[in-house]
Amino acid sequence: MSALLAELAVPFTYDYMWKAMWVSALVGAVCAFLSCYLMLKGWSLMGDALGHSIVPGVAGAYIIGAPFAAGAFFAGILAALGMAFVKQHSRLREDATIGLVFTTLFALGLLMASLHPTSVSIQTIVLGNILAIADEDALQVVIIAAASFVVLAFIWKDLMVTFFDETYARGIGLKTRTLKLVFFTLLSACTVAALQTVGACLVIALVVTPGATAYLLTDRFNRLLVIAVAIGTVTSFVGAYLSFFLNGATGGIIVTLQTLIFLAAFYLAPKHGVLAARRKARVARDRALAESKSASVAEAA
Amino acid sequence: MDPIGFFSEPFAYDFMQRALGMSLLVGAVCAVLSCYLVLKGWSLMGDAISHAVLPGIVIAFVLGIPLAVGAFAAGLACALLTGYLKYNSRVKEDTVMGIVFSGMFGFGLVLFTKVETDQHLNHILFGNVLGVTTADLIETAIIAGGTLLVVLAKRRDLLLYCFDPNHARAIGLPVNVLHYGLLVLLSLTIVSSIKAVGIILVIAMLIAPGATAYLLTDRFERMLLIAVLVACSASVLGTFISFHIDGATGACIVLVQAFFFLLVFLFSPKHGLLRLRELRDQPGMPAGTIPGPAEPLPALSGRTDGALQQVVDQGGRPADQHHAIEGRHGAE
Amino acid sequence: MMNRLDTVKRGEAVARPASIAVNDLTVTYPNGFTAVRDASFELGPGSICALVGVNGSGKSTVFKAIMGFVTPTAGQVRLCGLPVEKAISQNIVAYVPQSEDVDWNFPVLVEDVVMMGRYGHMNFLRIPSKKDRLKVDEALERVNMSAYRKRQIGELSGGQKKRVFLARALAQEGRIILLDEPFTGIDVTTETAIINLLRDLREAGHLMLVSTHNLGSVPDFCDQVVLLNRTVLAAGPTASTFTQENLERTFGGVLRNFELGGHALHEDDDARRINVITDDERPLVFYGVKSRKKKNAKKQDAKKKTAKNQDADQ
Repeated sequence: MSALLAELAVPFTYDYMWKAMWVSALVGAVCAFLSCYLMLKGWSLMGDALGHSIVPGVAGAYIIGAPFAAGAFFAGILAALGMAFVKQHSRLREDATIGLVFTTLFALGLLMASLHPTSVSIQTIVLGNILAIADEDALQVVIIAAASFVVLAFIWKDLMVTFFDETYARGIGLKTRTLKLVFFTLLSACTVAALQTVGACLVIALVVTPGATAYLLTDRFNRLLVIAVAIGTVTSFVGAYLSFFLNGATGGIIVTLQTLIFLAAFYLAPKHGVLAARRKARVARDRALAESKSASVAEAA
Repeated sequence: MDPIGFFSEPFAYDFMQRALGMSLLVGAVCAVLSCYLVLKGWSLMGDAISHAVLPGIVIAFVLGIPLAVGAFAAGLACALLTGYLKYNSRVKEDTVMGIVFSGMFGFGLVLFTKVETDQHLNHILFGNVLGVTTADLIETAIIAGGTLLVVLAKRRDLLLYCFDPNHARAIGLPVNVLHYGLLVLLSLTIVSSIKAVGIILVIAMLIAPGATAYLLTDRFERMLLIAVLVACSASVLGTFISFHIDGATGACIVLVQAFFFLLVFLFSPKHGLLRLRELRDQPGMPAGTIPGPAEPLPALSGRTDGALQQVVDQGGRPADQHHAIEGRHGAE
Repeated sequence: MMNRLDTVKRGEAVARPASIAVNDLTVTYPNGFTAVRDASFELGPGSICALVGVNGSGKSTVFKAIMGFVTPTAGQVRLCGLPVEKAISQNIVAYVPQSEDVDWNFPVLVEDVVMMGRYGHMNFLRIPSKKDRLKVDEALERVNMSAYRKRQIGELSGGQKKRVFLARALAQEGRIILLDEPFTGIDVTTETAIINLLRDLREAGHLMLVSTHNLGSVPDFCDQVVLLNRTVLAAGPTASTFTQENLERTFGGVLRNFELGGHALHEDDDARRINVITDDERPLVFYGVKSRKKKNAKKQDAKKKTAKNQDADQ
């Protein structure tokens, strides 16, 4: 028993594991915060698109030796502008526009990496590698995530009002355009941070799944935030911890955990779960059938 | 560099010939599917299915069955699971899709690190068209050829299903068969493309040709033709360029496709950016001839409406899949 | 021109006159919401029937049940005496969608859309035969859209768009035609043209079910009415069913009711009044009702209120 415990405690004896767990938890928390808004607005594709779009920026930054966050941010803004422009000036549907821009940028990143295989590891960018994160990269992630959290703590209510009813928000004097801009800036910043923990392909999970899970569990927005952030933090922390025993794939473990929790909520949620809905539907059906037999409301001509 | 040498030099190599055949096949079948995805608004579906095939490949390896079978099963499972979760919960479709495919992809990665396979993760993710064998080429030709045949034979039914599913149902077409048939065809296309461009870049090939053709024509049959032409020329050019600059082949093909799209986006005679601008500057145009969206795109407006409303006021409305008849949710 | 449609041979379905029979229809959705309960009505051939009710009254659900999109929780629907599935497979039902449900940027031409009506008659590969092309030509001719056949559908005006989809229903040769809010967003000329066409089809024995909240035009062209509010409140011939009392029951507090009369309208002592009931752009006007409410309502006021009400409804 104690041998098992000792085995389980091993990750905590390594500095790099502590670093990985805390950085992951922080990133997971702030991404979960944003996920509540993204999921409700139906902007999940944006999370995926940003995650893929910043790859060329990161690759470019590594090639010229600049901070990766700066490159990623630049590429993210380029992607957003590109999408907005194509959407505004063509008759393509939004999903096609987004898909077109992000895959193109991703291909660009891939090409850059293939031309400079020594300075860039495309696998690290796409899959993340928090266990081997360099100190200066970890510092960038922590600064980004912490700053985003502070900003969100101040404007989360304004964001909620803006996304719920933009006209009303404008009516009470909120600068909705600025708020939305800030939101997307935060989103790309957090995407950049998440890139380090779970990689470009799994960013979408961090910025969608916790919010969606919480959405099945509550009807109140502030609780939604609390539940989502709790899920994001715990899964990321535990995921990083578990990846010690699996020699990597931190991102995969974190996302698998989040998905499992979502599926559990999907079935078992007290009000919006499948089992509860089935019960409710059965009751309503029986009632409808019973009433249709007893009452003869209809008068056919 | 002389233009003849640009093309003839790579042709001296067997692996380049195979690569070219492979990218042409994949380009053509993806282009045909892309027309439907772009019109149906299913671009994210291509994204989702292609990511989701990863665990299927690993599991197929463990079980010793053909990787294509595992990939196909996983891709289809993703599509079905998405439909199931969406139908049974109040979470939006795009969110559900994101959850399912990222979950499957993440799980695939975990599996991959625990299972010793002879596959390179990089090759699955980004393709390795220069390393295809003749057997790969034959396998792809069979899958892609079969898919192409089915799509082309049933292209009118599929089009009608994308355009007006209610009418399709009312005239007795098997709408469910068409729906799942399209998903099956999409999964097959993705599976056939993995060796050439990998599971991430195939998304681009499933969007760009259709989007390019959509800006060039108002007739569907022509759209199919243009998409295939665009994709095939991009495949040829991209493969050769990658040979000369020694870069990733899949990425080069996708970038050439994107370049074609950009050209069309700017210069398309009817729907191009410059043309639209021209028309905007001439106020006296007869109403019937102004191209471009006269009404707001349903995909754009529908997507963002009333999302938070559901937090406050959930339930009440029938959560029916076929809500198309009562189009105006806002009014209810 | 009209008798072309009459002489069509349509196998078994020709022998059966068009009819819709809805018996005790109850539809409960998976989320537990019962949209329609115990709805019953019957319609025969050669009829135009209005399906009237507020939003959320179950109009769409009834449509869906008739087209077999939802399975009844209880009760049944029969078309031409056949179960829905069978009727659908015999191409009996044609459907004209609401304009909002159509992607007008879709790369199809007018003639392509009309040809889609013929798919149920075609072979496996949907290759149009000579007859199919002929039917498409006829249908386009009938709605007066032949000149526009090579246009992309997004390039048409609102009324033209509607006519294209009507042509599709004609080409399909369905004996039961369902029209979903056909008069929203079209001009008066087109409305008249469509109504005339529907009357022709009625003469030819077709059965049309029109969902509408455009009350004013109902007595104009509908001979039958079904009033719906989560169940059928009343159904029958327009003259006896489309009464003020039934409408008040159907619309509850949703409708505005204005009475005008006396010196507000004319100088003499005619005691008859005008009663305006509306939730929409075309108020329904009753003549000769005895006064129950305030006397001095001016027509201008009423109009203003109607407009306001209409805004609130949108």
